Amino acid sequence: MSVIKSSSFHTHTHTNLSLFQVLNNFWQFIQRTPCCAEVPAWWVQLHAFSVQGLFGKNSEQLTNSSSGLELEGSVRGRRVESPTDNTEELWLLHSNIDAIDKRFVGPLGTIIIKCKDFRIIQLDIPGMEECLNIASSIEALSTLDSITLMYPFFYRPMFEVIEDGWHSFLPEQEFELYSSTISEWRLSYVNKEFSVCPSYPPAVIVPKAIDDDALRKVATFRHGGRFPVLSYYHKKNGMVIMRSGQPLTGTNGRRCKEDEKLINATLRAGKRGYIIDTRPLNIAQQARAKGGGFEQEAHYPQWRRIHKSIDRYHILQESLIKLVESCNDQTQNMDRWLSKLEASNWLTHIKEILTTACLAAQCLDREGASILIHGTEGTDSTLQVTSLAQIILEPRSRTIRGFEALIEREWLQAGHPFQQRCAQSAYCNSKQKWESPVFLLFLDCVWQILRQFPCSFEFNENFLIMLFEHAYASQFGTFLGNNESERCKLKLQQKTMSLWSWVNRPSELSKFTNPLFEANNLVIWPSVAPQSLQLWEGIFLRWNRSSKYLDEAYEEMVNIIEYNKELQAKVNLLRRQLAELETEDGVQESP
Amino acid sequence: MEHIRTTKVEQVKLLDRFSTSNKSLTGTLYLTATHLLFIDAHQKETWILHHHIASVEKLALTTSGCPLVIQCKNFRTVHFIVPRERDCHDIYNSLLQLSKQAKYEDLYAFSYNPKQNDAERLRGWELIDLAEEYKRMGVPNSNWQLSDANREYKICETYPRELYVPRIASKPIIVGSSKFRSKGRFPVLSYYHQSKEAAICRCSQPLSGFSARCLEDEHLLQAISKANPANRYMYVMDTRPRLNAMANRAAGKGYENEDNYSNIRFQFVGIENIHVMRSSLQKLLEVNGTKGLSVNDFYSGLESSGWLRHIKAVMDAAIFLAKAIAAESASVLVHCSDGWDRTSQVCSLGSLLLDPYYRTIRGFMVLIEKDWISFGHKFSERCGHLDGDPKEVSPVFTQFLECVWHLTEQFPQAFEFNEAFLLQIHEHIHSCQFGNFIGNCQKEREELKLKEKTYSLWPFLLDDQKKYLNPLYSSQSQKSAVLEPNTVSFNFKFWRNMYHQFDRTLHPRQSVFNIIMNMNEQNKQLEKDIKDLESQIKQRKTKQTDGILSKELLNSVRPESPALKATLSLKEQALLPVNNVLRTIEGSSPADNRYSEYADEFSKAEPAVVSLEYGVARMTC
Repeated sequence: MSVIKSSSFHTHTHTNLSLFQVLNNFWQFIQRTPCCAEVPAWWVQLHAFSVQGLFGKNSEQLTNSSSGLELEGSVRGRRVESPTDNTEELWLLHSNIDAIDKRFVGPLGTIIIKCKDFRIIQLDIPGMEECLNIASSIEALSTLDSITLMYPFFYRPMFEVIEDGWHSFLPEQEFELYSSTISEWRLSYVNKEFSVCPSYPPAVIVPKAIDDDALRKVATFRHGGRFPVLSYYHKKNGMVIMRSGQPLTGTNGRRCKEDEKLINATLRAGKRGYIIDTRPLNIAQQARAKGGGFEQEAHYPQWRRIHKSIDRYHILQESLIKLVESCNDQTQNMDRWLSKLEASNWLTHIKEILTTACLAAQCLDREGASILIHGTEGTDSTLQVTSLAQIILEPRSRTIRGFEALIEREWLQAGHPFQQRCAQSAYCNSKQKWESPVFLLFLDCVWQILRQFPCSFEFNENFLIMLFEHAYASQFGTFLGNNESERCKLKLQQKTMSLWSWVNRPSELSKFTNPLFEANNLVIWPSVAPQSLQLWEGIFLRWNRSSKYLDEAYEEMVNIIEYNKELQAKVNLLRRQLAELETEDGVQESP
Repeated sequence: MEHIRTTKVEQVKLLDRFSTSNKSLTGTLYLTATHLLFIDAHQKETWILHHHIASVEKLALTTSGCPLVIQCKNFRTVHFIVPRERDCHDIYNSLLQLSKQAKYEDLYAFSYNPKQNDAERLRGWELIDLAEEYKRMGVPNSNWQLSDANREYKICETYPRELYVPRIASKPIIVGSSKFRSKGRFPVLSYYHQSKEAAICRCSQPLSGFSARCLEDEHLLQAISKANPANRYMYVMDTRPRLNAMANRAAGKGYENEDNYSNIRFQFVGIENIHVMRSSLQKLLEVNGTKGLSVNDFYSGLESSGWLRHIKAVMDAAIFLAKAIAAESASVLVHCSDGWDRTSQVCSLGSLLLDPYYRTIRGFMVLIEKDWISFGHKFSERCGHLDGDPKEVSPVFTQFLECVWHLTEQFPQAFEFNEAFLLQIHEHIHSCQFGNFIGNCQKEREELKLKEKTYSLWPFLLDDQKKYLNPLYSSQSQKSAVLEPNTVSFNFKFWRNMYHQFDRTLHPRQSVFNIIMNMNEQNKQLEKDIKDLESQIKQRKTKQTDGILSKELLNSVRPESPALKATLSLKEQALLPVNNVLRTIEGSSPADNRYSEYADEFSKAEPAVVSLEYGVARMTC
């Protein structure tokens, strides 16, 4: 019963609306479907748009085709009675498709779509040829070569843009938040043309005492030109977190006076700082052979170096693949589940990252010392640590806008290569070195802290899940490109919509707001014991279990909170009324 | 008291169990007749009931003193360092004596006096009435009746006096059957499902050996199946692994042969025995007591302990039972070896899945009273109340509580009670503070005259009900629903709040649950306030309109209002702080030192920078 409407055209806006109308139980009924005579005959109707355009190389139509794939599932029996009822729609962005498998049993074809958000959808399509056509169309559409053919470039929002997200978190504004308190720092435009450091934004915050020429020199001494810049200023004691790439000391122990001067400029007289290298010592030593290295004590006598071991790249990707595979296996016994959970090492990575972030926060808040954080490039584990340390230390980063600003500052502007890292997810088999769930690990760490301090965050779990989805597949341009330089070239600001423009509308915000939030100005120290860390079910078990009862319980909780507010308001109102009446009485009585 | 030589030791250190830096609190240790008490420099008190002590260990002498490690049955572990070895030795010896009593009469319950008079105490014991409970289920009825066969404990010493059996089962059949069952525990009714007309029955294993038969026993099973007009077939669930059951045949015990019994479907469900469970829990506690535990060691330890696998096995068995009744209206007979451990787990959990009454606070008490206490789960032996055979100790009841906890996690609105209720019950099965769990069967309890000499736990829990209410409980939505839990492996999680209930550093620092619970309470108060205020306003208004006519009336009310106002403003003040206190993060104050767990480098010596130098020097050289 599948239909291919060769060039049926749907507006982009429609896609937008439906993208989030994901049906919770869709997966369950698809799962029950295949080739089983006993279960009710579910089938899936499929509309693939402009499939022919793809083959005809008509770029106009090709772009239309990226608008989406429409899948319809309904009960055959019921459909006859009432064609409009029980029709369920599922909209899936092509870019959300991680892998696609096809299987044939006689004339019946099966397409299994594996999504980057870990969902698996199975479509049964009678007719081999149709099945093949659809599969190859999906495959082609989900692996577009050129970024500019991606959906965000063709997406037109249906909503009114209240605030343009592209201008919500400008570096200048962020600096201004500090500028009243920090006099030793300045905003430098040395990287205006992206010539000093291709992965840095045009504006960075550096010590006032260091001029742009010195910065250029330091850039040649740091991996990828990533000279030390300010990441976070701790208002409580004026200590800072800086981040950079590894120093290029090489085997013969090269040094750079400007680099030493730069980071020393951040120290108060007689004070010491810490350098947190996210790599273990032996890895850092090995890096010297490739021209990299670490800060030698002799040249940085005022700094103490601490090595941690946060894994990177394919190690994380493999961890994710193993974890998702295990979560998708519903039949395994307890021992197998626990041993696979262990073997995935996912929670070990979480613990390692959180521990390092806590250590950094501890240096700042408890030891009263400034720190410099780097690994090799300074675009992955470094950012995990600097951003999580801020979540621990700074109340603002636990608010919705503050967290958005943090992502903008510490991930997007800081040059985390989203395009590369999020190209594929848990079902990929390409094994490219640059694919890695670095950002997802960061979100998971935030979720762990959120669970331990459920009232200290303005946002809820859904906010984190939404960010995960959009980092991997989105109609918005925010996570496209690998750094600011690329984003500039792509003219994302002009040609695409910012995720923040959509998220920061009151109607959307309400979904992401934590009803328990109460601003808390304290530093929050999470527990990193294995007994305190948990598998993030909202992400990893999302499609594998029914959350009906949990959702209902959450609703009930929200109701209680709402009711409480209502009652408090009413009590206050009545008290005022009573007080007024009493004074009136008093007035009446006094004469 | 003769065991206590030293009653007070000063300058004792209490080590943080998980701190890698040997963080400690210094204070004074007191030894009383019933408790061990530690008061630290901040006047914080740690009370440890002697009966809760599972083991006391004296470790090798160190430079700072003599270490004393105490592990408790409620999973508290404390590590003291006593400055002088002689004091340590005295305390060690006293605790060894005090924690293992030889006689029931020496247990805390016999001296515990909560200042209730005799009438109150008796009423407390009458709070749970099992006859009333069977009436609630709908028995006796045309198919089931009360049997007086065991009125004098003549047939089975470990069963209660009052037993319900099929109406057509005559006394000779019962007597005959009981002789064919281990410890005389013949098949009796545990739960009757009124609308399905199906029953959960329980017994012990048959003494079948390789070929023995017993016609009376076969008749009794037939009578049970006949007592169910909805389905002639009945399930016989042997909750043991098949191998264990087969091995029992060599000892003249065993399981039912399907050929000898008509209309039965026999099924093994594979829950391990008490010894496997005991060592499983031991392994689990060893793993999670490790300092500086890595994630991988935690999960591999969790796996190799087998604990969650056992929990899942119990849960699966209960689901099988509930499904047989709910979906097929079939009666089920459950047994294991003696029919007091696994059988109690499966029968009680199965009933809990089927009947929402057992998910209420009172209903849960009834369930424990029925399937555990009255049917002779050997609490005193399983919990090691007396100095007895350590091989009889096993966490069977703890597993039952954990299964219930897992259900509350999957169905957050289905239970009237909360986790604190389960933890409190767990606390008291070991505390011996109340009489309920003392002894191994009803006969023994009667001989001990527990109802005259001790108090019942239940009224105390009911008095404190507020603490144990689940704020999200919805009696309507899941009222008649049979719970159908999903037992996919990933739904089973380590119960941190049980096994680490005293290790506060491992817990979330803000509890959503407590906030909602208090908010619910506050809402009730607010509703009341609104009513009061509204009536006051109404009064005022009518008075104002009347006021001009009758000023006297107004004057008579007048004196009241300043006082009223005062209480109101007091309340207003009280309202907001409730929230603030709740949301305050425990331990985020500088006094908290959770942060020192993050890095070894910081924890070596007092001045942190110096220690860091040392740490880094070590790492870089």
